This record gives sequence, C-alpha cells and structure tokens, in this order.
Amino acid sequence: MWNKKRLILSVSLTFLISIVAFPVAARVYIDINSPYLKKIPTAIPIFKDLGRDNRHQDLVKELAELLGDTLSFTGFFKLLDPDSFLVDPQKAELTRDLIKFDNWRSIGAELLINGGISYKNGVLKIELRLFDTFGRRLIIGKRYTGHIDDGRKIIRRFCNEIIHHLTGTEGIFNTRIAFVSTTTGNKEIYMADFDGYNIRQFTNTNNITLSPAWSPDAQWLAYTAYRKKKPDIYIKHVRRNLPGKVIAFNGLNTTPVWVPIQSLLSATFSKDGNPEIYLLTSSGKIIKRLTYNWGIDTSPTWSPDGKKFAFVSNRSGTPQIYIKDLDKNQVRRLTYKGSYNTTPEWSPRGDFIAYSGVTNGHFNIFIVGVDGEGPYQLTRDTGDNESPTWSPDGTLIAFSSTREGSTRIHVMNSNGSDQRRLLILSGDQTCPRWSPRHRY
Amino acid sequence: MAKTLGKCFILFLAISSLLFAVSCAKPKVKPEPSVVEEAITEEMPAVSKQMEEMKKMEEERRLAEEQLREQKLAEREREAELRERFVNENIHFEFDKSTLLPEAKEILKEKAEWLSIHRDVIVTMEGHCDERGTNEYNLALGDRRAESAKRFLIDLGISVSRLTTVSYGEERPLDPRHNEEAWAKNRRAHFVID
Repeated sequence: MWNKKRLILSVSLTFLISIVAFPVAARVYIDINSPYLKKIPTAIPIFKDLGRDNRHQDLVKELAELLGDTLSFTGFFKLLDPDSFLVDPQKAELTRDLIKFDNWRSIGAELLINGGISYKNGVLKIELRLFDTFGRRLIIGKRYTGHIDDGRKIIRRFCNEIIHHLTGTEGIFNTRIAFVSTTTGNKEIYMADFDGYNIRQFTNTNNITLSPAWSPDAQWLAYTAYRKKKPDIYIKHVRRNLPGKVIAFNGLNTTPVWVPIQSLLSATFSKDGNPEIYLLTSSGKIIKRLTYNWGIDTSPTWSPDGKKFAFVSNRSGTPQIYIKDLDKNQVRRLTYKGSYNTTPEWSPRGDFIAYSGVTNGHFNIFIVGVDGEGPYQLTRDTGDNESPTWSPDGTLIAFSSTREGSTRIHVMNSNGSDQRRLLILSGDQTCPRWSPRHRY
Repeated sequence: MAKTLGKCFILFLAISSLLFAVSCAKPKVKPEPSVVEEAITEEMPAVSKQMEEMKKMEEERRLAEEQLREQKLAEREREAELRERFVNENIHFEFDKSTLLPEAKEILKEKAEWLSIHRDVIVTMEGHCDERGTNEYNLALGDRRAESAKRFLIDLGISVSRLTTVSYGEERPLDPRHNEEAWAKNRRAHFVID
C-alpha cells in the first residue's frame, strides 16, 4: 500500500526535465556562513498563463506568491514590489534571448524568477527560470509536469534547486518541524512543514507528551510520554504504522536525542538515583552511561561529528551548559552569564550552540560559540522565548515565544533578524524540533 | 304502666344491693388483711430492684458499647483524617532547589511515623515544579525533589520497596495562576497511596 503510494508520488514528480543543461559557474551568490547577510533584491512577477484561453488567473498568481513566500522564508531574498515592475507579466517573455534585462536592473532586481503555467486534462505543467539580471544569464531552468495539487511540491523543488545553486548547500524545503501543542487539552506532538503549512497531530496519548526528537533519516520520532503514569520514551515511525519501541527504566526516561551519523540514541534516566545521560542503541539498549555527577545532568545535544555533546547540569548550583568531549573524556563549562541556561541545541554547522537563558526574569534565545565566543542574545523584550532549534542548514532558528500571549512557534534568521510567527493553532505550542532533510 | 315498671326496677336494685352487702361483710370477720398487703408490698420492691439493676447493667453495657462505637468511629475518623493528611500535606521547595527545608523535614517525620504504623501502605511520591524554567530541566528537578523526600523517609527506616517516585516537572500545577503565591504552592512533593 505504502510502496504503491510512494511509487505514484515519485513517478508523478520525476517528470522534471532540465530546460537548459548549463555549466554551473562556481559562483556562490549567498554566503550562508556570513552573519551579516545582504538580502538579494529579487523580482518574481506573476506567472504567465501559457494556455490559450487564459483561464488560470488564480493559479498563476497563487503559485508565484507561493514561490515568493517560500524563498523569503530563508531570509536570503528581498522581494521587490510587483507594482514597480515595468513589464506586463502576461506579455512578458520567459526566455533569456527575449527578456529585457535592463527593465529589471533599473528597478534594482539582481535576480529574476519567472514562470509559465499550462493546465489541461488534469495535467499541470510549470516551467520556471531563475536569471541573473546583471550577468544576463539563465542560472536554472526546469520544466515540471504533475497533478493540479502538486503545485506546492513543484514550487518547493524548484526553491531547493535555487538555494542549492546560490548557496552551494541544499535547501530546507523538504523539512518539517515537530512540536508540542495543547490543542486537544492534553500535550500532544504535532508536526508541520517547515513553513507552518500542513499541520497534523502525530500522537494521541491523551496524557502528557513532550520532547519530540527526529532520527537522522527523519523517519522516526522519539518522545517522552506519560502513557503509564510515568515519563517513558517512545519511538514511533513518522509515516508508517510500524511497531514502535518503548524505553521504560525506573524513574525518569526523558530528553531522547539521536546521535548524528551513528544512529544511536541518548537520553536522561534517573534509574541510578539521579538524572544522568546515557548512550543507547536505536532500539533502546544501554551502551554506556555518559555523565557522572551528584546533581542533574540532562538535555544532551550532539556535535555534527557525534564526538562531543553539550548538556545541562546544575553541578555548579544553577543550570548551566557544559560540553563533554568523548575522545578526551573531559567536561567543560560553556555558559557563565546568567543563572539559568537550559535547552541547548548544537548547530548543524557545528560552530554555535543555541539555548534559552533567563534575563530580567524572562527567557530569551542566545547563541554561544562552541569555543565560548559570545554569547549573543537573539530575542529581547518579547515575553518568554524558549527551546531554540536549528534548521538543518543552520541558517534559521525556530523557537517558542509568548510574545502574542499564548505560546506559539516563531522563526528567525540565525542572527536574530526577521522574527515571525510560524503557524496559528489553538492552545499553546512549545518545544519545536526541526527535522533533518529527507525525501518523501 | 310505666310507673309499675319503675317500681319493679327500684325493687330489683334494692334486693341486689342487699345481697352484695351480705357477701362483702364476710371477710371483715378475719383481722389481718394488712399483713397480707405488707407481704405483697415487701415482695414487690425486691423484684423491681433486681430488674432495675439488670436494666442499669443493660444500660451501662449499651452505653459502653455506644462509647466504644463512638470511639471506634472517632478512631476511624481520626485514622481517615491522618490518612488524608498524609496524602494532602505536601512538602515545599525553594526555586530551582531540591534540598529539604526544616518544615518539610518535620512533615516527613510525621509521614514516616504514619508509614511505620501502616505497614501495608505503598507510596508514590510525585515531584513537581513551578512553571518558571524549562520543561526538560524541570522534569529532572521534579525527580530530584521526589528523590530527596524518598531518601529522607528511607533514613527514617521506611523500606525502599514501599517507596516509588515520579516526576511531573511543571506539567501538573496545583495552582494555575502565574504569581509568587502559586509558584510557591506548585514547587512541591505530593504523596499518593497506591
């Protein structure tokens, strides 16, 4: 059943043909590692209806807007106001030879993305092109064929291509965000696409459910739930109804987190008397205990190479973030500012750790260099901001915030700019976790 | 006619009263009717005394029984009260701390005493936190709080096999308000009889 579905899906989306096979100039338009990113002024006119009857006015507008929204989500682009465009989209030419690049350059556009659509007998055809207006060249061109409701998938695919070409890194448009929501009255785990679209309830435990954690292949989710009146760890497949796993030692079974590359798990157990961090196989068997301290050790988060992990400990009296180097078997304290620093997440690029710390009685998001650089405060004067989670390319951070009253998931660029709400759902949303990239 | 009937009736009355007078006059011949009466009066108090005593004893027994019942009821009530107190009396903690305050230790001593009398009781200790702080850390903190209470009870001689702990972190506040008073109430260890 599932295989069949998948087959149809892959067939329906494998129709993609490169319009022009061109040699990729090794130019990086966007340096995603730069903390002071200049947004590229980009023009996305309404798509052109390539059908003769011009019947798809809504579709050409909708899909062009979706393309604009999807790209702006990254924080790399500044979309230009369509009112300033000098070209009537329905009369505009789509190909390099006929485009009047001067018209786009004169309004400040450095990139131009145009599209043409035809829809006939249930088949949607979209051609999309990205141009460098100053170089007067086509960077990418693709033609896609699919069903009418494949529009969003097609736009996201093209956006992934764009990001890959402009940054040299894969895009995040096939990622999801898992989070906890009280919509039903109980805390349950939900997930949404990276942009807040396509929200669905994932667990139905009718109890307390917390701390979702994605496996490196984004196929499994581990979480903490009180199904049996105590916090145990459950592991469940994201899409298929496969037999899951339960980790239920005496006492606390919390903060499941996968170790990158090795596909191992780590978690907090209090079975030996106090909360300590353990390393486990992906089926929940203990490999070894990783921390030894009289106090609390919890919330592990791993370096991308899986050789170090950061965690929260109150061994100095207050909760602070520490890093343990497994090769050297050494622990060092990372945070010194503030008396309450928790929920660390190691960036996928490896250089920074995001966390929430208390300043003036409120939680705010900080990032601190693994070498101790900073910390830099990314949120301020906006209620409580907690549980930061990195997008898999390390350019965005999702977090929970009370700035609108109830707790909701927000997103910002990793330098703190462009803070905006991700989605609206009744109840409170907390504890977001960004998935790794994956293929559907 | 009516007159003769009336006369007959009077005559009848006169004859029957005469007959009565003759029959009553007979006992007056014997001179000791009072002795008999005395004997009867003497006999009567003896019987009633016995009965009274019996009644008294019965009453006393009834009273004693009632008292016992009342005592038992009171005992049961007190027992229920103590049990309720055992369950309802939480111990409280300072912010971000799991160390037992002197007041908490006093309460735990009472609980230990109660537990040493009720040897069949198995207890779960729930560790709770206030809403400040993060869920994950508070789960760990709640665990430490319940564990502090458990260790204290073990030190007072309660068997470890009768004590389990569970942390609810900040997930089950007693007072849902967002102020100092509510937070102080919510930073607690709560006792549940299994």
